[in-house]
Amino acid sequence: MPYSQFVLVCAGTACDSCQSREIYSRLTAAVRSQGLEGRVQVVRTGCFGFCAQGPVVKVLPDETFYVQVRPEDAGEIVAEHLAKGRPVKRLLYGGAGRAAIADIPFYQKQFRIVLRNCGVIDPENIEEYIAREGYEALATVLTSMTPEDVIEQVRISGLRGRGGAGYPTWKKWTFTKNADSDVKYVICNADEGDPGAYMDRSTLEGDPHSVLEAMAIAGYAVGAHQGYIYIRAEYPLAIHRLEVALRQARELGLLGRDILGTGFDFDVELRLGAGAFVCGEETALIASIEGHRGMPVPRPPYPAVRGLWGRPTVINNVETLANIPVIILKGGAWFASIGTETSKGTKVFALTGKVNNSGLIEVPMGTTLREIIFDIGGGIKGGKRFKAAQTGGPSGGVIPESFLDTPIDYESLAKLGSIMGSGGLIVMDEDDCIVDVNKFYLEFTVDESCGKCAPCRIGGRTMFNLLTDITEGRGTVGHIEQIHTVAHAMQKASLCGLGQTAPNPVLSSLTYFGEEYRVHIKEKRCPSGRCRALVTYTILADKCIGCTLCARRCPVNCIRGERRQPHVIDLSRCIKCGECFKACKFGAVQRS
Amino acid sequence: MTTARTIPTVKAEINGLECEVPEGTTILQAAERIGIRIPRLCYHPDLPAWAACGICVVKVEGSPKMLRACATPVEDGMRITTHDPEIVRVRKSVLQLLLSTHPNDCLRCPRNGNCELQRLAADFGIREVPFASRVASLPTDDSTRAVVLNPEKCVKCGRCAIVCQRMQNVWALEFVGRGDSTRLAPTGDIQLAESPCIRCGQCSAHCPVGAIYEHDETDRVWRALQNPDLHCVVQIAPAVRVAIGEAFGYEPGTVLTGKTYAALRRLGFQAVFDTNFGADLTIMEEATEFVHRFLHGAGPLPLITSCCPAWTDYMEKYAPDFIENFSTAKSPHAMLAAMAKTYYAQVKGLDPAKIYMVSVMPCTAKKFEIIRSREMFDGERPYVNVSITTRELARMIKECGIDFMELPDEEADSILGYYTGAGTIFGATGGVMEAALRTAHYLITKREAPDINFLPLRGLDGVKEATIEIAGRTLRVAAAHWMNNIETVLDRVRETRRRGEEPAYHFIEVMACRGGCVGGGGQPYGADDEVRRRRASGIYQDDAMSQKRCSHQNPYIQKLYAEFLGAPLSARAHELLHTHYRRRPVYAR
Repeated sequence: MPYSQFVLVCAGTACDSCQSREIYSRLTAAVRSQGLEGRVQVVRTGCFGFCAQGPVVKVLPDETFYVQVRPEDAGEIVAEHLAKGRPVKRLLYGGAGRAAIADIPFYQKQFRIVLRNCGVIDPENIEEYIAREGYEALATVLTSMTPEDVIEQVRISGLRGRGGAGYPTWKKWTFTKNADSDVKYVICNADEGDPGAYMDRSTLEGDPHSVLEAMAIAGYAVGAHQGYIYIRAEYPLAIHRLEVALRQARELGLLGRDILGTGFDFDVELRLGAGAFVCGEETALIASIEGHRGMPVPRPPYPAVRGLWGRPTVINNVETLANIPVIILKGGAWFASIGTETSKGTKVFALTGKVNNSGLIEVPMGTTLREIIFDIGGGIKGGKRFKAAQTGGPSGGVIPESFLDTPIDYESLAKLGSIMGSGGLIVMDEDDCIVDVNKFYLEFTVDESCGKCAPCRIGGRTMFNLLTDITEGRGTVGHIEQIHTVAHAMQKASLCGLGQTAPNPVLSSLTYFGEEYRVHIKEKRCPSGRCRALVTYTILADKCIGCTLCARRCPVNCIRGERRQPHVIDLSRCIKCGECFKACKFGAVQRS
Repeated sequence: MTTARTIPTVKAEINGLECEVPEGTTILQAAERIGIRIPRLCYHPDLPAWAACGICVVKVEGSPKMLRACATPVEDGMRITTHDPEIVRVRKSVLQLLLSTHPNDCLRCPRNGNCELQRLAADFGIREVPFASRVASLPTDDSTRAVVLNPEKCVKCGRCAIVCQRMQNVWALEFVGRGDSTRLAPTGDIQLAESPCIRCGQCSAHCPVGAIYEHDETDRVWRALQNPDLHCVVQIAPAVRVAIGEAFGYEPGTVLTGKTYAALRRLGFQAVFDTNFGADLTIMEEATEFVHRFLHGAGPLPLITSCCPAWTDYMEKYAPDFIENFSTAKSPHAMLAAMAKTYYAQVKGLDPAKIYMVSVMPCTAKKFEIIRSREMFDGERPYVNVSITTRELARMIKECGIDFMELPDEEADSILGYYTGAGTIFGATGGVMEAALRTAHYLITKREAPDINFLPLRGLDGVKEATIEIAGRTLRVAAAHWMNNIETVLDRVRETRRRGEEPAYHFIEVMACRGGCVGGGGQPYGADDEVRRRRASGIYQDDAMSQKRCSHQNPYIQKLYAEFLGAPLSARAHELLHTHYRRRPVYAR
């Protein structure tokens, strides 16, 4: 008897870390103890995207969507919902009113191509992928398309690299196809490293076969028979699922020799990266696969012509590849009908920061930031004011409120001084200090610089120190001048994208939030109170009622005062953590 | 290298000037053709462009970023600008960033006056560094007592690591750490002496600043010269005479043997010998050894030369399967030192213990060689007391204010001073082989070779091969220099060995440094292939002008054997002139 009900348990890294594994086993046990095992199947799936509400459990066919599920809820879900058809209302998103995914605003404006199978199939079962048209694109390509046809469909689709720079995928493929060599390679770049970004990890965890299938298609198109997935060792779950997927695909003859009896050979191996951000840069990535220290080399020659072990090599990012099977099946023209004039298809973003619904989302190109942050993201946490959004991570820039209605695509973001990047999208509110945020990003690029070229290695640190001076009250007008000098040298003379783009966050914030820098420098004041060195906390005697709450919260016990008497902060010992300020209900603690 | 195939050319425009260059020419090279030497720091003509420093950036129409001239090949139709105010500003900023992490203590630096960073700062008229100074506090590594690493001065140009890895195939140096903490250090962050370092000093010869330099032992020499109890003697290696002049304004390759002798006497040495005499002696032993193996099977073939101490160190670490193939003959300066403390002492009635031998070498590895095994010692006393480099000698001469250019030409001291042309060509790649063949021919046929110029063995090709007919037998020889070329030669031998065939070669010469000793790690800075070629041509000129050009014709060598050693490979010769090799661990830790 076929199953009539399915319970999908998110097994992405975020939910997994919130005991989703335990939820799965308890659900399975409950189904068995209720005698439902012939009727109900419990499935572990990839990420649903709604990470803020995890662990997430979805019941089919009624599409009931449970959020923030705990292991002890498992029995009730089975006993009530599955056995008796009565959904557990307290676990529904937003209360009883919203039962199904279609009712949830987080999903309403999304359009899923890349994440089509995430949260739908069991990523460790190839049959579930095949049931969702998996490997049909590869079969079509191998049996009825020439390599030229494949590249033509990719050209028509308008697909551009999702790793950040947006280079047309078909051009890369064409260069490699036309390069004269008996050995060529396809590399999947899964060295995702932007702070807060996890698009690629979730895709690989939720739908590993989509990437494997795409790599084989790319191999066929360019004439390669070997692929490598360069993936961070910090992604153990994605690695595990890829290993399972590789094994299953080989067993079914979908990878390896003579795929589907067509005579085409293609296999894929994993290469684990040791966690260097710069290894996402394609020449550094190649060096790392070759066993060398991951340091970029100048381009040209581009890897498409001379790459891994000197051979022509196509390098595509995970998200780029995940689009390929759909483009083949639905046609390039279908894909090109989605998006904007210059940027086609969708983009996956990891939406994080001060937004209510943080998570993984996929939207058509051309969606505005306002729709993403306020409709999908549910607005700013705690009803605070939106300040800026950062796209493109440490290589991108900040976008202020005035540009929230810009439709997002590669060109519009570049015009704003940011970049599309790989899809990290961090939302800041009024409590964030723009200088401090930029210090964070620079610290990241300074740490992750490979140290090879002088402009990046020295320039990054110099700029970071200049920002530190500003946040600690030592800033002068000369600091801004020096920042511009260093930024210019880094942009123009750095060897790779890491150094060339590292100044972007600072430069864009100087454009949009120059006043905030000025206040830090001239008035030695941090409007958001983040820069501790510039902040002093005092207690206004006339407002303090002596409730002692601040004194109890103070982690260094530097607030003194009798009960019902005004309290006093010992400034010599105050660490400016702001706990007293947050604790006081009477507005007696003043920040200046 | 000439090929029959013509290389296609590309046309581009540099600063508005038409320029046609062979395909593959970089912008940096193309610009030189129109008289523009684009400022650079990490680039070195010996090495593949590493493209690290960011000084040589230029604009290419259509590219939003600036491109590195050193690594960008000229393409057809490129429109290149090598300088405009923005480019100069960027270069200057990068230079100032570099200076903000450099100690800038030029007056106390071993490279004061010939530092490439200093020159750039002067050329760019740097008067201030706007950025806060941040100099990492890192310890100096003098563990090898041959090559010193001072990471505080390092500009991370990468030359040393590339030389060590790709040119020398030693892999002792590597980038360590990342970001702002990146350092060039022995792989695994151990001490250099614990690393596979062969002390060839090519890292120091290629370092643009004072981050790698020779272990300075001039103080020890000064102390010895001041000691009235000591009889200080000195010898100069073949390659020193054609390079030392560069420190005094001479063109590379100027033969300055007589002036160098004179300078050494003015420094206070009591006798001035010439390592070339030792080289003649080495040939007598080594050629005899070869003939014994070649004609009588008295040991495995090929015979491999052993006068390069960096090479013997490399072999002991990386190719111990060739230990049996090595000539047991000591290197020329070691032989000469042994003769000074025995034969010379005996003839002059001197106490060997009072003789203090200083070797002036183009080499940093010699500093290690003189203590490498017990055969380098007479009991507890080393035969060579101290080995200094050409650079150290030049400094000593300058310290004294000796006006080198005005010195008269003097002769070396008897009985260890007279040399033949064969001895002098030891200083260039292929020279040891050529010298050995001159004598081997004589030893085999008892006749002089009809032409003693073995031209295929000269020049800077990495591996030079030749076949020579001697007495109806064909002799296959090879000469290789810079270590990366050695493995191909050894692999060919291993292949014939594996198949049980005749060895691929009968005789192999190896020198660790590019160009041989003329390009040694202790030579004056600034060597490139042009400089090496000129130094080598000075050496061959010295050979051509010599009255006697074969070691066995050296009357003092003949006298030495007659009076003291007996014959080549005699028991006494073995005791004093030969050594042994042993497998050494690649990593001492």
